[in-house]
Amino acid sequence: MPDVTMVGALNAALRMGLRNDDRVLVFGEDVGRLGGVFRVTEGLQNEFGRERVFDTPVAEAGIAGVSIGLALAGWRPVAEMQFDGFSYPALDQVISHVAKYRYRTKGRAPVPMVIRIPFGGGIRGKEHHGESPETYYAHTAGLHVVAPSTPLDAYRMLVQSMREPDPVIFLEPKSRYWAKETGELETDGLPLHQARTVRDGDACVILSYGAMVARSVKAADALREEGVDVGVVDLRSLAPLDLETIASSVRATGRAVVVHEAPMTLGLGAEVVARIMELAFDSLEAPVVRVTGYDTPYPPASLEQQWLPSVERITEAVRRTVEY
Amino acid sequence: MSTDQKESADAPFQLIAPDGTPNGIVDVGLSQEELRELLRLMILARAIDRDCVALQRQGELTVYPAFLGQEAAQVGSAFALEPDDFVFPSFRELAAAIVRGVDVVEYLQYHRGTWHGGPYDPYEHRFAPICVPVATQIVHAVGYAMGLKLDGKPGCSLAYFGEGSSSEGDFHEACNFAGVFGAPVVLFCQNNGWAISVPSSEQSSAPVYLRAEGYGFPGVRVDGNDVLAVLKVTREAAERARSGGGPTLIEAMTYRMDAHSTADDATRYRTPEDVAAWSDLDPIERYARYLQREGVADEAFRVDCETEAARRVGEIRAGVISTPPPPEDDLFRFTYSEERRA
Repeated sequence: MPDVTMVGALNAALRMGLRNDDRVLVFGEDVGRLGGVFRVTEGLQNEFGRERVFDTPVAEAGIAGVSIGLALAGWRPVAEMQFDGFSYPALDQVISHVAKYRYRTKGRAPVPMVIRIPFGGGIRGKEHHGESPETYYAHTAGLHVVAPSTPLDAYRMLVQSMREPDPVIFLEPKSRYWAKETGELETDGLPLHQARTVRDGDACVILSYGAMVARSVKAADALREEGVDVGVVDLRSLAPLDLETIASSVRATGRAVVVHEAPMTLGLGAEVVARIMELAFDSLEAPVVRVTGYDTPYPPASLEQQWLPSVERITEAVRRTVEY
Repeated sequence: MSTDQKESADAPFQLIAPDGTPNGIVDVGLSQEELRELLRLMILARAIDRDCVALQRQGELTVYPAFLGQEAAQVGSAFALEPDDFVFPSFRELAAAIVRGVDVVEYLQYHRGTWHGGPYDPYEHRFAPICVPVATQIVHAVGYAMGLKLDGKPGCSLAYFGEGSSSEGDFHEACNFAGVFGAPVVLFCQNNGWAISVPSSEQSSAPVYLRAEGYGFPGVRVDGNDVLAVLKVTREAAERARSGGGPTLIEAMTYRMDAHSTADDATRYRTPEDVAAWSDLDPIERYARYLQREGVADEAFRVDCETEAARRVGEIRAGVISTPPPPEDDLFRFTYSEERRA
């Protein structure tokens, strides 16, 4: 079984998309000649040519806006926003048009596309390079918002996203870009909008996504040594949420902790907790706890590990929940 | 350069003087029937526009943005396009929609508040949804044109926008993409003098059309109240685009004779004298005088056009008034490809 990084898996998924659908276009800043600042698009321009894989001017609203026109002309854009913090200039195009074109035209002019955004911190980056913008997108009806946590899942989810009839915001946890996983790249398996049970556990369930899934698993490992058997669910799809899996995992244990990098206030955890209250209140044995980034700007590199949910913060939250 | 020289350099291209006399030889390659059709369309568009204001006052439309005075800019440019070209309007291009054949009753569902920007099928007449976030549609037009070019298909797109839109970042990004990718697109600015209450003199310090040079493609300023001049420059731009010549920026100098919308009170920021000066430049009067002078259309033709327009207005009014609100299920039907209720 081969080892694959998330960067490699995403690269393979884009290659697969370009090969299987001759309407797929891959473009963005530095994605062509350079292969992307993270090398996710490496080699694609050489293989598929400058018409299907191309560099754009440094203009994120332009990238999102031309994606709409290209989609209306029958192409399937797979656009890259170079960094989370640089995706904000495109928000007007994404919120006002990408998300709403199908609705505004009563389904007659949908604009299927994938917008890939490396997100989250943990790589000792500069400011504006560690943002967690998922709430902005998940709050906008008309978008699908997904975030893989492992290389093999990243491959599957990106291939599936390129087949979606609706626009997909594809959030890539950049601190997991170089993590390796062993296994074959497969497109079948879990559907795009289903959560994944990473491990079972009867004491409590940790609900997480993106880079924090790996950290949640580490926390679960540590807790297991203490005799606390904790389950982990990778949400994968942030909009729509897989409410069934969320509710059933909470019903099974009666205790839940939600973990994400994004700041707490109105972070995705707020929605997850509210849904748990609506769907599984009677099963709850303890208040649901959130372990998140703080309600501050993302910090400089030297402080980011104090800001991000640590294994210790997660285990402490689980213990508190279990002991409640 | 003296001010006088600057002004003459920026003088818009014109074929017909305001009094209807031709500026030199006017040959735009239209048949007499097509020449008459332009007048008919402008008269029809104005009649519909005037009745839309009335419909709003009577509570049948929500807010309505009138295009009074801009008939030549819209009719001339839309008439210059081929059926396969794709138009990306802003929110004041009902006259262009009429030329494209968009069903006016369907179009007005937007202003009636029964649906958002795309109540008609955008593909049927290749007329994109009405677009309100200022300048965003220009980028869509460029993307569409890039798509045509990638496909090797003939055709072009045309984006309508106002001089106010030229201040937005999206205008710049659209122009820059258009230039870099050699997109077959016509960037059609209607400089109607006002961005709600702010005059164009306070919107930018140089003419809009001059910016084209910075993007590496031609820019042209045209008398937007001269329907034949507008038609000619638009057709040249569209032909250049279709034949691989890339984008063109057109700045059509016109005037918004009515308020920004029915929710606006233009007397708060401009005088009757400001408007009167432009009344003398009325695009329909000018063109009717020209056609009469050339022996192409007489007063009787104009009366026929007015009669026909009144009849169409009556039909449209009846259609608008009889349109019920959409079913409540429509709240959920179109957000995603699969209905989702939440």
